[in-house]
Amino acid sequence: MLGELSGCGRAQLQPAGPISDAERKILLDSVVIMLAIVVPTIVATLGVAWWYRGSNARARRLPDFVYSGRVELIVWSIPALVVIFLGGIAWISSHDLDPAQPLPSKAPPVDVQVVSLDWKWLFIYPKLGIASINRLVVPAGVPLHLTVTSASVWNAFWIPQLGSMLYCMNGMAGTLYLEADRPGTYRGESAMVSGDGFADMHFDTDAVTQDQFDAWVASTRSSGPALDDAAYRGLLQQSVPPHPFTYGSVRPGLFADIVMQRLPPGYGPTDAVSDVHPTGLK
Amino acid sequence: MTLFGKLTWQAIPWSEPLPLFSGLGVFVIILAVVAWVWAKGYVPYLWREWITSVDHKRIGVMYCILAGVMLLRGFIDAIMMRTQQVMAYNAPGFLPPSHFAQVFSAHGTIMIFFVAMPFVIGLMNVIVPLQLGVRDVAFPTLNSVSFWLTAAGALLVNLSLVVGEFDRTGWLPYPPLSELAYSPGVGVDYYCWSLQISGIGTLMTGINFVTTILKLRAPGMHYTRMPMFCWTALASNLLIVAAFPVLTATLAMLLLDRYVGFHFFTDTGGGNSMMFMNLIWAWGHPEVYILVLPAFGVFSEVVSTFSNKPLFGYRSMIYATMAICIISFMVWLHHFFTMGAGADVNSIFGIASMIIAVPTGVKIFNWLFTMYGGSLRFRTPMLWAIGFMVTFTIGGMTGVLLAMPTADFQLHNSVFLVAHFHNVIIGAVIFGAFAGYVYWFPKAFGFTLDEGWGKWAFWLWLIGFWVAWAPGYVVGLEGMTRRLQHYDVAEWRPWLIVAEVGVFIILLGIIAQIGQIVVSVRTREQRRDVTGDPWDGRNLEWATASPPPAFNFAVLPDVTDQEPYWDMKARAREIGQLTSPEPKYEPIHMPRNSPTGFVTAFLAVVTGFALIWHIWWLVLLGLIGAYATFVVFAWRDHDEELIPVEEVARLDRANRAARSAALQHRQLRRESQRESAE
Repeated sequence: MLGELSGCGRAQLQPAGPISDAERKILLDSVVIMLAIVVPTIVATLGVAWWYRGSNARARRLPDFVYSGRVELIVWSIPALVVIFLGGIAWISSHDLDPAQPLPSKAPPVDVQVVSLDWKWLFIYPKLGIASINRLVVPAGVPLHLTVTSASVWNAFWIPQLGSMLYCMNGMAGTLYLEADRPGTYRGESAMVSGDGFADMHFDTDAVTQDQFDAWVASTRSSGPALDDAAYRGLLQQSVPPHPFTYGSVRPGLFADIVMQRLPPGYGPTDAVSDVHPTGLK
Repeated sequence: MTLFGKLTWQAIPWSEPLPLFSGLGVFVIILAVVAWVWAKGYVPYLWREWITSVDHKRIGVMYCILAGVMLLRGFIDAIMMRTQQVMAYNAPGFLPPSHFAQVFSAHGTIMIFFVAMPFVIGLMNVIVPLQLGVRDVAFPTLNSVSFWLTAAGALLVNLSLVVGEFDRTGWLPYPPLSELAYSPGVGVDYYCWSLQISGIGTLMTGINFVTTILKLRAPGMHYTRMPMFCWTALASNLLIVAAFPVLTATLAMLLLDRYVGFHFFTDTGGGNSMMFMNLIWAWGHPEVYILVLPAFGVFSEVVSTFSNKPLFGYRSMIYATMAICIISFMVWLHHFFTMGAGADVNSIFGIASMIIAVPTGVKIFNWLFTMYGGSLRFRTPMLWAIGFMVTFTIGGMTGVLLAMPTADFQLHNSVFLVAHFHNVIIGAVIFGAFAGYVYWFPKAFGFTLDEGWGKWAFWLWLIGFWVAWAPGYVVGLEGMTRRLQHYDVAEWRPWLIVAEVGVFIILLGIIAQIGQIVVSVRTREQRRDVTGDPWDGRNLEWATASPPPAFNFAVLPDVTDQEPYWDMKARAREIGQLTSPEPKYEPIHMPRNSPTGFVTAFLAVVTGFALIWHIWWLVLLGLIGAYATFVVFAWRDHDEELIPVEEVARLDRANRAARSAALQHRQLRRESQRESAE
């Protein structure tokens, strides 16, 4: 029902991976379970209010009906039972869908290190030695092992069609396993406001076949600049890149240095004068 | 170091016409109002009867007026945000990002701290002492200080419109974005100091009301005879006392980071930004219940009165209220399941959050059974109550959904979340405040509000709310995150246009409310509440005149039951005359008016402004002035005024005569009805 409601939107209710698929199921099941109590409650509220209107001569008035042990038992136990049921689902699903839990698969996962910057996303493929800005290319059908951090303020990494959002925090590395079932382009976004360029902090996730992925890796390696410390410091400058771009090589250990703050976090706005009332980016 | 710290002419947004002219406009309106008051010679009256008043009823009314004015300001922000998002599909819209961020931050801050809080505190001020059958709150002058400090905070927030800028990090300033490195302007400082000042006022309100409810009750009013609204006020104020110090401490730490280079929440230097998240929500979640519990209390009163029945399951309601009060402190982590705390932590907090739905559900069912077997009158307050029950049930459902950690992973920080909290805050807190406002208005002012305009207001608000926020749920499920200044997803736009329409329907509702006031004031002579009991009420606030005399009750009522006034009335109707003979009147001591609150708040504004702009000498002056005010107050010679016995007798006799007449009138009508039936 809710799926139809949202039409052709590219989001949570059109899952493209096992995690978002499971989360969609939890979401819809919970709604249905609660509707079983919410709908009768609303109908009863409106029905009782209308039937006992002052002008209804047929309504039987019970001015002294102010306590009933039986009713009390029912009104406490119905919500309690629903919550016990939902609580069980919460416990089991939280453990099944823990973001840090590896996904079962024969293929080894692809490692991607995710760094949120002011106001762009850096994706480092440590084993492949390449990096990409504002475009995440992944093979379909292979689990992704994402390690998430921030180079400045908080952000939240989120690809709704793949599942589970996770905060990006400086000095911390969060673990997130996702997978794209099938090739396609899935919208990725930041879900936490991070300053003036926040609205532009979205990216495309291109899930491609293994062959296409290998070809992309090869072409990326053969072109583009190197991501060394100097290039990284350039990225710390607050900006919104006009187009996604890639790095042909990455200095090994860069991500660990960002997380451990051996490389400094972003320095925020540098133009102190314009700060009081900046005119915006666009 | 300059004389005016960081303050220069640059602080005025000369280049931005929108804030400049709206600020100027407001300034002109304020000047016009002040000039009008001055010209009419109302200043001494205002000073004597309102500004320096320590009467809980007057203070309550001023709280509600503050809330109403701030509602308009917050609502203008809402219109701007909705309009921006309608315009900004692949376009910059009319608000640049920095301005848009100030608008959404100010909207949230104002609506929570300066609309919802003053509104519920205002209603508690007017009604709680009356329901308890006492003459005032425990600390009347402190009450005045509380109010004026809240107003001071509101003034500072609004000052940021034209002098400097407001916070751009959201209504809760999450570090490190709110730290000096990323927010070097004065916006976060405006936010912090405004809330520090108003937060002190709120904390004192909490202390005041907890003391009042625990220690000052009419003879015979045991805890299990207190009206439900007093119970919810008690729970709410206990939460204030427990939670607001957490807010104050958290903001103090953020200020230490910003002003003196501490590292509580910076990511460098050993700070920990996650600690802010935990602390702010350790206050923030109880805050939600601080707001909603008094609203539940209002609905309990309204549903019972307009169903002509006592509240169903009174004791059960007390248990539910206190259960919510306690559990609300154990659920804060559900505001950040996506931080990655792990499955055990997430599911335990998720389940704890769901448990709150149990007592809340019990309340809904108890209101339902209060209506069951009743004889309902659909007056405006009752419409708000029924609208609330339907709207809030759905908001509660989406709340439980967000408490499910694995669903929250896909809903957090999306517009779905925003739709949820608007659903519960508008659907419960605001509807509750409006229900209470219409219900108790005649008590405060002595005449009823117009029903026709009131019903228009209700329907426009209810429909407007759903048209504005049902699309929020949809775009949230389409992956739209909150606080977007522009976007490029075509599917979102139609829903955002619908939401814009909803906002304008709500605007019509607000216009209807203003119209209701204008019409009602003009026709007030026809709508006088002579007896003091316009709704056939059940609790003690209806046992005195409308508006009540300064001393509330000539003789403190003797409470023998859970619905003392209803019993009194029922017996009077049986015997056809007032149950009690005229009491022996005595002169009454009432606390004396005091400008302490107003002066303290003025100095708090000066101090806050000086702190924001680093004008240290002015900070010192303000603090010394505030301390001097306190000393002057502490060394006052006489703090009470005597209301002479003739005055007490005159006022009470008038009310007794009106009630007797009403009783006789009722008796005659009954008899003539019986005769015509025969």
